[in-house]
Amino acid sequence: MAVSIMHRVSGHGLAVVGLALLAWWLIAAATSDEAYAIFQEFATSWMGRIVWVGLSWLAFQHLLSGVRHLWLDAGFGYDSRAAQRSALAVFVGAVVMAGLFWAVRWGL
Amino acid sequence: MARFTLPPNSRIAANGKTHPAPPGAKRTKTFRIYRWSPESGENPRFDTFEIDLDDCGPMVLDALIKIKGEVDPTLTFRRSCREGICGSCAMNIDGTNTLACTKAIEDIRGTVTITPLPHLEVIKDLVPDLRHFYAQYASIRPWLQTVTPAPHMKERLQSPEDRAKLDGLYECILCACCSTSCPSYWWNSDRFLGPAILLQAYRWLADSRDEMTGERLDQLEDPFRLYRCHTIMNCATVCPKGLNPAKAIAEIKKMMLERA
Repeated sequence: MAVSIMHRVSGHGLAVVGLALLAWWLIAAATSDEAYAIFQEFATSWMGRIVWVGLSWLAFQHLLSGVRHLWLDAGFGYDSRAAQRSALAVFVGAVVMAGLFWAVRWGL
Repeated sequence: MARFTLPPNSRIAANGKTHPAPPGAKRTKTFRIYRWSPESGENPRFDTFEIDLDDCGPMVLDALIKIKGEVDPTLTFRRSCREGICGSCAMNIDGTNTLACTKAIEDIRGTVTITPLPHLEVIKDLVPDLRHFYAQYASIRPWLQTVTPAPHMKERLQSPEDRAKLDGLYECILCACCSTSCPSYWWNSDRFLGPAILLQAYRWLADSRDEMTGERLDQLEDPFRLYRCHTIMNCATVCPKGLNPAKAIAEIKKMMLERA
């Protein structure tokens, strides 16, 4: 059940927060240098970084639970234990992928 | 539609009664049981019963029968076979839908909280209203339907291989544990058939002797009746018979694709 709930939470989170930030970015870029500078300041602040990391984690969570849905819809992995293992894999995988993404991005 | 708060007349009141264990009881277990009577006009409440485990059978149903027989005869619940084959005593025990007769008391840590099956109207105490569930069962025509005349003086035969396709399906006792643990069924039970009924539907789709496969699939080809299943898998997790309704639903979806 947890994967199903997180699939919806991450989907809505991406749609609402992600869309708002995308709109802000585009509007700021189209308005003026000052408006873009305000966005830039937020985007590179600690607060902004937390938001980006959170959004990327949600994106990987949504991606992986989506792949799991596809796998189930194709008729595989319905055994109770297999379903629990794939659910765990989605949660662990999302954290690992988000971690790797930012490790590469920040050159750690 | 999803509703996250209870209506005022369904909220749990704090006036539950406590029945302590008999003096001298050494091993006791506390049962917190949902109580509501349509005649009282009061809100539901939790009553607390302390039971002497040395004077009680091993299963949760044994404790309920003991309470009804010795402590409070107004406690109302369904039970019949006491061996997991009738499905009457399905209820929510310690947060999980299961059968009171096959759930051992010693497997539950701490206080045993018992409520009726979730998201059904309550008739009294632990007895939920299953009329809609049974009407949905009737809607899938759960019997062998044929067009060819029956063979003369003998049964409609089935090979052992075809019979084996019904394993994991025919064992369903329609206790409703799965359907009432399913969030899709909670939010859309008016139109979604739910895991129990869909497993039964597949039981007839998978039967080599049934000749109404196409009509049965037509009946299920609907955004709600079948396709509200989002593979949440609670059904397979709670089934007290160890069946897997989610898999049966997936098989129906595959049959839909194969004939399309």
